[in-house]
Amino acid sequence: MKITQISVFLENRKGRLFDVCSLLGENNINIRALTIAETESFGVLRIVVDKSNMAVKLLKDNGFVANLTHVVAVEVGDNPGGLASVLKVFADNDVNIEYMYGFVEKFSDKALLVFRFADTDMAQQILAKNEIKVVTEKEIEGL
Amino acid sequence: MDIPYWNKEIETADRATIEKIQLERLGNTLSSAFRSPFYKRLLGEAGISSGDDIKSLDDLRRIPFTTKDDLRMSFPTGMMSVDMEQVVRIHSSSGTTGIPTVIYFSSQDVKNWTDLVARCIVSTGATSRDIFQNMMTYGLFTGGLGLHYGAEAVGMTIIPIGGGNTKRQIKVMKDFRTTVLHITPSYLLHIHSKLGDVGISRDELAIKKAFVGAEPHSENTRLKIQELLNIDAYNSYGLSELNGPGVAFECVYKKDMHVWEDAYIVEIIDPETGEVLEDGQEGEVVLTNLIRHATPILRYRTRDLAFLHPDKCECGRTHRRLSRILGRTDDMLIINGVNVFPSQIEEKIMQIPEVGTNYQIYVDKKGSLDRLTVKVEIYPKLFLGEASQLDALKNKIKEELRSSIVINAVIELHEPGALPVSEGKAQRVVDQRSKL
Repeated sequence: MKITQISVFLENRKGRLFDVCSLLGENNINIRALTIAETESFGVLRIVVDKSNMAVKLLKDNGFVANLTHVVAVEVGDNPGGLASVLKVFADNDVNIEYMYGFVEKFSDKALLVFRFADTDMAQQILAKNEIKVVTEKEIEGL
Repeated sequence: MDIPYWNKEIETADRATIEKIQLERLGNTLSSAFRSPFYKRLLGEAGISSGDDIKSLDDLRRIPFTTKDDLRMSFPTGMMSVDMEQVVRIHSSSGTTGIPTVIYFSSQDVKNWTDLVARCIVSTGATSRDIFQNMMTYGLFTGGLGLHYGAEAVGMTIIPIGGGNTKRQIKVMKDFRTTVLHITPSYLLHIHSKLGDVGISRDELAIKKAFVGAEPHSENTRLKIQELLNIDAYNSYGLSELNGPGVAFECVYKKDMHVWEDAYIVEIIDPETGEVLEDGQEGEVVLTNLIRHATPILRYRTRDLAFLHPDKCECGRTHRRLSRILGRTDDMLIINGVNVFPSQIEEKIMQIPEVGTNYQIYVDKKGSLDRLTVKVEIYPKLFLGEASQLDALKNKIKEELRSSIVINAVIELHEPGALPVSEGKAQRVVDQRSKL
């Protein structure tokens, strides 16, 4: 089950991250997970929000360069070795991870991680086969 | 002071003699010019049908100016006035703006040019005992070969190393006990800053002199070079349309550059009206080449701003001195000795689909070298959400500029609307290097 991530291009300018966050805040959009990929001269903000279609429209309307990407939110045991056991499944099945980051809050007693896979469909099949729980878009909206 | 000359008779000739030579050579040059399709038309339109129509140097003003565009429009052979068989060498601009400019040299043309460069070299006090490291690029660019031939005529020991590879340059300087360098001022300062990295100290080098050219620089830059390296730095002026280096050069007094007036007629004009100005007044340098017959050039508008000194030089040379280049009448940028027009950069970046509609060219200094930053807005519809995509875009732009315009630029990506909206070129180019 894919969920939607919003990527926002951030040029290296003071207050640009604040601009994104305050715009979302003013419109009552809640950020559930976020990470920033930074390079020498710019960054790409990746966020999972509760109302992604509305958020991406809002960002574009306000002049931000934003785009939707499919990612998968995976439940991982919140205990030592929890992440490792999931990663082992990926490694054993040749599932390539491009990047990953954590959710701000928990959905259950488990930790929730966002994965961007090179091949999302294949990753989903492997996850299903190994009975690893993924979180749906609907569940994210209800968080 | 004992003043060294290459050709004392000509270099110290009185005004009347110089003007007599100029008039005679102008007539010869016109005869050659009539054999080129471009000048046949241009001179004909100006009502000049033969060299006999120019009876005095004042008649020079009847000849229309020639511009860089004329050279481009005449590519490849519109300004050529001999058969290709008589051409022994071609020099050309890189042609990155679309159409290159090309200059053809006959065997005699190369000899004449070589003689002028030899004059320049000797006027600085350099001799056949010097070891000369020529650090300018060889090839279609005139800087490398021009000085090479002159230095060979003087009998110097030439190291034809060409440009780049700083560590090797320093090592070669040490190994061969180089005494004279030919180099851009910014690269020379860069070399100085890298001595420590190579583990070679100034004291291990034998350098005494540097001929610095290919880019305008201030008197302060010269003083800095002289102080940091404990050498004498001599300013050099030339442009490929007028042969290349050897148009004007500083003598041992280093008080601006003698223009070899038996070989060039130099005029300073008001760039707006075309009116010829008095000595001492700043304006656009216009040059007529009197010693090249395969590609004659008459009254060429260089776009360089400078003035002529009205007073005599202590060295005894009667050829007037041209000031440092004080600016340009167009928007050409000189980045570490490489001439770049903003339009060239624009053309290249606008071919890339992921680039939006706005950009800015920003020039400053990093250490002693010029740094060119190209800021571009990205095209939002082609943003796929990945940082790696943007990194690839940056590299693509950088590589495109490196391969086509031979400049090493820093690329900055911006959001649409982040860069100042252009209302003409002024805002698109910001040059933060200290004023010349």
